[in-house]
Amino acid sequence: MSEIKKIKNLKEFSTSADRFEGANLLCPGCAHSIIVREILNATNDDLVLSASTGCLEVCTAVYPYTSWDASWIHIGFENSSTAIAGAESMYNALKTKGRLKQPDRNPKFIAFGGDGASYDIGFQWISGCMERNHNMMYVVLDNEVYANTGGQRSSSTPIGSSATTSPSGSISYGEKMNKKDMMGIMAAHNIPYTAQVAPNKWKDMVKKIQKGFATEGSVFINAVSPCTTEWKFDPKDTMMLTDLSTDSLVFPLYEVIDGKEWNITYRPKNVVPVEEYLAAQGRFKHLFKDEYKYLIKEWQERVDENWAYLQRREEARV
Amino acid sequence: MAFDKMELRDVEVWDGNHAAAQALRQAQVDVVAAYPITPSTPIVEGYAQFKADNYVEGEFVMVESEHAAMSGCIGAAAAGGRVATATSSQGLALMVETLYQASGMRLPIILNIVNRALAAPLNVNGDHSDMYLCRDSGWIQFDAFSPQGAYDLNFIAFKVSEDHGIRLPSIINQDGFMTSHTAQGVTTITDDDAYNFVGKFKPMNDMLDFEHPVTHGVQTEEDWHFEHKARQHSDLMLKVSPKIDEVFANFEKLTGRKYSQVECYDMEDADLCVFCLGTSVETAREVATEMRAKGLKAGVVGLRVIRPFPFAQIIEALKDVKAVAILDRASPGGAPGAMYNEIAGALYNTEYSPLLSGYIYGLGGRDLTKANLVDLYNELQTNVDAGKVTTQLQQFIGVRGPKLSFL
Repeated sequence: MSEIKKIKNLKEFSTSADRFEGANLLCPGCAHSIIVREILNATNDDLVLSASTGCLEVCTAVYPYTSWDASWIHIGFENSSTAIAGAESMYNALKTKGRLKQPDRNPKFIAFGGDGASYDIGFQWISGCMERNHNMMYVVLDNEVYANTGGQRSSSTPIGSSATTSPSGSISYGEKMNKKDMMGIMAAHNIPYTAQVAPNKWKDMVKKIQKGFATEGSVFINAVSPCTTEWKFDPKDTMMLTDLSTDSLVFPLYEVIDGKEWNITYRPKNVVPVEEYLAAQGRFKHLFKDEYKYLIKEWQERVDENWAYLQRREEARV
Repeated sequence: MAFDKMELRDVEVWDGNHAAAQALRQAQVDVVAAYPITPSTPIVEGYAQFKADNYVEGEFVMVESEHAAMSGCIGAAAAGGRVATATSSQGLALMVETLYQASGMRLPIILNIVNRALAAPLNVNGDHSDMYLCRDSGWIQFDAFSPQGAYDLNFIAFKVSEDHGIRLPSIINQDGFMTSHTAQGVTTITDDDAYNFVGKFKPMNDMLDFEHPVTHGVQTEEDWHFEHKARQHSDLMLKVSPKIDEVFANFEKLTGRKYSQVECYDMEDADLCVFCLGTSVETAREVATEMRAKGLKAGVVGLRVIRPFPFAQIIEALKDVKAVAILDRASPGGAPGAMYNEIAGALYNTEYSPLLSGYIYGLGGRDLTKANLVDLYNELQTNVDAGKVTTQLQQFIGVRGPKLSFL
């Protein structure tokens, strides 16, 4: 069992030795790099990492350069989960056979994927890994769109958002489907630990990640990752957008232990109206036309309903 | 808990699937990630049983699809250890994306393919459509003609693929049902001899060496992609062939069983040659012997190594024959058969010009009978006597309805 890294304050945290280098090609203001650093810096243990095809991958491992000072693998769009499960299986095999080069280490196996790679094309692979309960953490960098390929809708894209394959237009308000409840689906795998995190709430995030690292078995993390390019906001406002997402309860922060024990981990003192969250992003701009304002009302009702649902789950312990 | 060794009889009665599973056990594979599909399922089941009975110390990961099977194999191989799996047909089709990734990432994975037709129409029986599906995937590709071959070629493949000068994955093909489910005598190697032949796995660029972090599966665009692919092809063309010959020779020293990249039978003075793959090679050899008794100078060439294509050895094998029937067991999809094209390509620009005729046969498990082959040798003799190919270049053998021929 490895020791849990003690993190006193943000300054110390942000100056931890980086195993994910600032030298990468991600957009200025991209939340991906913030989330990845917060996760990697939550431990001093060795890391074995993977990424699916997507923004994180194409911006961090362009030959002959790499932004990763830890072992890292990319195979394809759909299989970062299984890639790391394979590496974890090899670790177990070599441990049994006494062939590990550094047998005294406690490596952490982490797979990263965007919402396209996770909610859509790689869904089955993640489900398989979680069902088999590999000792690994799967992290969704959830920016609710296929950002790397220019803003196509995914099953994480929320209703009313304008994406390039579900654009708003003279007769359309954009995306017609509600965001898939990936957290609920993953919790239903009855894996040891499922959690939703946000980079602005770094203490909450670190606590959950460290809890995940201390867990034997599969851990699923959904991280809200505001996308300056596709959500259409000023790169300097990433943290402001993240604050709006958590404080409007559009992205409630909670965890699920063993599929049963639901705990809300952040209750905003002042809940922000969803309208403010929507208004801060270009992808929802058209919703503020008179004919679509009913959608904003529906948005608020849906968020309220979900918050009430989470509280009931928390209370019920089932 | 140490694993148990297995006492094998000198000759065991095994089908091709069991022979392959036994070879994986004896090679002490570190990770097998697999998904079952007919007719390769018994390899996966057999390995699972070995694990359940403590004959295997490595990990067996039963994943949820063939794509995940190879994805897991790639992750495991990059982590640094011996890795293998098995599949067939539709499963291989689902896996194909990752085959290119495995070879491009230079990971020495061993894949047993039990050859089966590709749907539609759905069919579980043997043909070589799946074999051709991954023809250009950059894997080293062997072909077993029998359960003995399925057993032996696994050891040979590990030895070739895992060599640090090679680092390319290998496929071992065997015919669905005709090899995979037909029990025959297989001459065994002891557990110790088999493992010692394959040798300890020597990791390279392993992700689990935490003192030397490594980045696998990078992006390259027009600046570097071509160089990577060219390097891979160059290694296939220049390094793999001599390495295979070296390993074949060492295997013969251990077992007395001789393998060649191009397997020639009665070819020394042959006028007529049937060129084929898989179990058809053994059938053709029987018929060739019978045709010899009737006065025809018949021989057989079977392809043991499909990739890298043994260009020089093919020319050498066919240089003195007068007519060659090239048998392709896959629907050619609007072209001459794949092997027909490759043989024709090998002989073009040489001084040798045997009469070449192509035959499509055995799709979906349709039998290639001895009578078919008798007709074929007679047809070749007719061609030789006429001094030209007297039929169209591509004919279908054994298909119902009016005779089908093209080109």
